[in-house]
Amino acid sequence: MAEFIAMGGYGAYVWSSYAIAALVLGVNAVLARRAERAVLHALARDPNGDDDDAPA
Amino acid sequence: MFAFLHKYASLMHFYRLSARWSGWLALATALLMAYGLYGGLVTAPADYQQGDSYRIIYIHVPSAWMSLFVYMCMAGAGAVALVWKIKLAEIWLRASAPIGASFTFLALVTGSIWGKPMWGTWWVWDARLTSELVLLFLYLGIMALDNAIEDRRTGARAAAVLTLIGVVNIPIIHYSVEWWSTLHQGPTVSKLDRPSIHIDMLIPLLVMAVAFTTFYFAAALARVRGGILAYDRNTSWVRDMVGREAARGHG
Repeated sequence: MAEFIAMGGYGAYVWSSYAIAALVLGVNAVLARRAERAVLHALARDPNGDDDDAPA
Repeated sequence: MFAFLHKYASLMHFYRLSARWSGWLALATALLMAYGLYGGLVTAPADYQQGDSYRIIYIHVPSAWMSLFVYMCMAGAGAVALVWKIKLAEIWLRASAPIGASFTFLALVTGSIWGKPMWGTWWVWDARLTSELVLLFLYLGIMALDNAIEDRRTGARAAAVLTLIGVVNIPIIHYSVEWWSTLHQGPTVSKLDRPSIHIDMLIPLLVMAVAFTTFYFAAALARVRGGILAYDRNTSWVRDMVGREAARGHG
């Protein structure tokens, strides 16, 4: 297990890459899921107004 | 044929049809990534030259491929939006831009982290790295231009024009390692006549590439559905939905 984490001495490079990828993709997934609800909420608050504050 | 196309281009029909797609694509992404990560990090052998550092390819290469793929999808959507004025194409282009920018950012950052132990430097202004950085600025420029224009349809069309102009950068990125002498290595996977990558390394890489593709479509679809509601906010079907939403909020 320790050997797996060490990645032959490249552990810091390999795992930081994977951590950044997980973070970026995770944020993307959350923002995408929120996009639709954000528009619905904005329209529910102000049906006639522009909803440019909501991500689309 | 045209009736079929019209039906799918109709925002309401697309919204209703796509209700389950995003969820299935997200599930496929999770399964493929679990398999690809296990294969790439555990079962694939270490590289005889680069040791375990090469394992960064399982996110670097799919990110780099997707940075180009998403851009070409946006260019296709941009052309459709400009020629046929199809709203769904405008929405698709707008929804794709932040996801494509994210993949480009990941390709640059993971490449940089790989470059440090392998090349001895985080960054070099070689043709591949520079043209990929230009791609990131193109994505950000497209998003900024779209946001700067008040009217959303005008903004989408301006973004489509900029996207199509930027297409010139795509072959430059692709062929940069052949046209110029670069520090970045040449293609390994596409040399099908003489594959220079071990099959146990290749399969997880291809699985991760498919996973990144399904991720793009899942995330883009979710954003597209929000975009559809914004575009059609004055139609009765969206007003009914919003009415139900408001009633739930107050009740």
